[in-house]
Amino acid sequence: MTLPAPPMSLLAELTHRCPLQCPYCSNPEALEPVAQELSTQEWIRVFDEAADLGVLQVHFSGGEPMVRRDLSELVRHAVRKGLYTNLITSGVLMDSKALGALSSAGLDHVQLSFQDVAPIMAEHIGGMKGAQEKKIEAARLVVADGMPLTLNFVVHRLNVERIPQMFDLAEELGARRVEIAHTQYYGWGLRNRRALLPTREQLQQSEHDVAAARERFGTRMAIDFVTPDYYADEPKPCMGGWGQRFLNITPSGRVLPCHAAETIPGVLFPDVRETGLARIWNESKLFGMFRGTDWMPEPCRSCARKEEDWGGCRCQALALTGRADATDPVCRLSPDRGLVDKAIVQTDDQPFVYRRMGRNAAG
Amino acid sequence: MSCNPEGRVPAFARGVRLQRDRVREQWVIQAPERAFIVDDIAAAVLQRVSGDVTLAHIIDDLTTAYDAPRETIASDVLSMVADLVDRQALVWRS
Repeated sequence: MTLPAPPMSLLAELTHRCPLQCPYCSNPEALEPVAQELSTQEWIRVFDEAADLGVLQVHFSGGEPMVRRDLSELVRHAVRKGLYTNLITSGVLMDSKALGALSSAGLDHVQLSFQDVAPIMAEHIGGMKGAQEKKIEAARLVVADGMPLTLNFVVHRLNVERIPQMFDLAEELGARRVEIAHTQYYGWGLRNRRALLPTREQLQQSEHDVAAARERFGTRMAIDFVTPDYYADEPKPCMGGWGQRFLNITPSGRVLPCHAAETIPGVLFPDVRETGLARIWNESKLFGMFRGTDWMPEPCRSCARKEEDWGGCRCQALALTGRADATDPVCRLSPDRGLVDKAIVQTDDQPFVYRRMGRNAAG
Repeated sequence: MSCNPEGRVPAFARGVRLQRDRVREQWVIQAPERAFIVDDIAAAVLQRVSGDVTLAHIIDDLTTAYDAPRETIASDVLSMVADLVDRQALVWRS
């Protein structure tokens, strides 16, 4: 039996605790409590196994990873194993002492999220007063340290018109990379889709604004742009293909092919407390279930693009059609495309359902 | 820009490094949010980028190590380094 190619990157969700409450959070609706979080020693073993398996980059994420008091210890260990360390943070808990500890632990890069450039709207989206000022300060500390900084903006109907100002902020703060990522509609984002989904005109304007920024900055700033796939004709190759490049570990140690995969029914989610990471990657039913092309239905099976988009996103197929093994309904060739077209016209200004612990009963 | 590009000293930008990927048996450049595979020739150049030697020194060293005309090596090294500076992977230390 040939083993699957090893994973390139690991998203380590250290905790689901977070001072922010963004209504498009990528965490599952059922947030994991602190009592179930992996210990320092358990994470250290996970990083050892990840490095041996072939992982090159570890993304420390959450929730807000900086609520973990052992963060710099975990970073130091990952660095020692040769893993590239990236901190994905909201920045609201950053101060010079915390950054100093991370920097001396060898942290390679920081990705700092902003909810908007306009503080009132940013704090409305994040649900935390005073957050914007703390984020700006965090960016200044990172740049002053000399560490490379990426600013991440999740864009949607309420902030997408301010993309040019987002680039201005990135330039002013000295960021080397900017990510403009349209909201993805799973979990919390799906619950808030009516309030978040941009119009087609807004999408076109955002494409224009990003192209203008690419022109303006040239190679001085790396720009990543994630488009909203509802308006696309072809699905995205979610996570570079199921179980092909990426693995996600939840705060309690469940190992997933993407952060929304816990919605998939009828399969056991492997756990690092019980099984080694290599065995999970190579042999578990979950990782094998949509790997490659054998699982594909038509129209994917006979499609020339099947090894480019890998059938699109399994969690999106499940959320919209009820079947995880359906063609991603974003695809124009999907018999379910009508579901996406219908969603595009179903928007309104409903209040957000904020991402909060304990408010996640089915709803 | 110095009129003699070979007098310049390249260095890895903070947050970027060359690394041996022992599992896949290849060289990679580790950079913010991505890892690039580099071929053995590029790796041979980048292994000599220490942040305190000039391009001229790197080219001389490669000319000794590999059996190829110095001018061919020089032109390959100069264009490769310029490309990596453009992509923010390398910076000029002087």
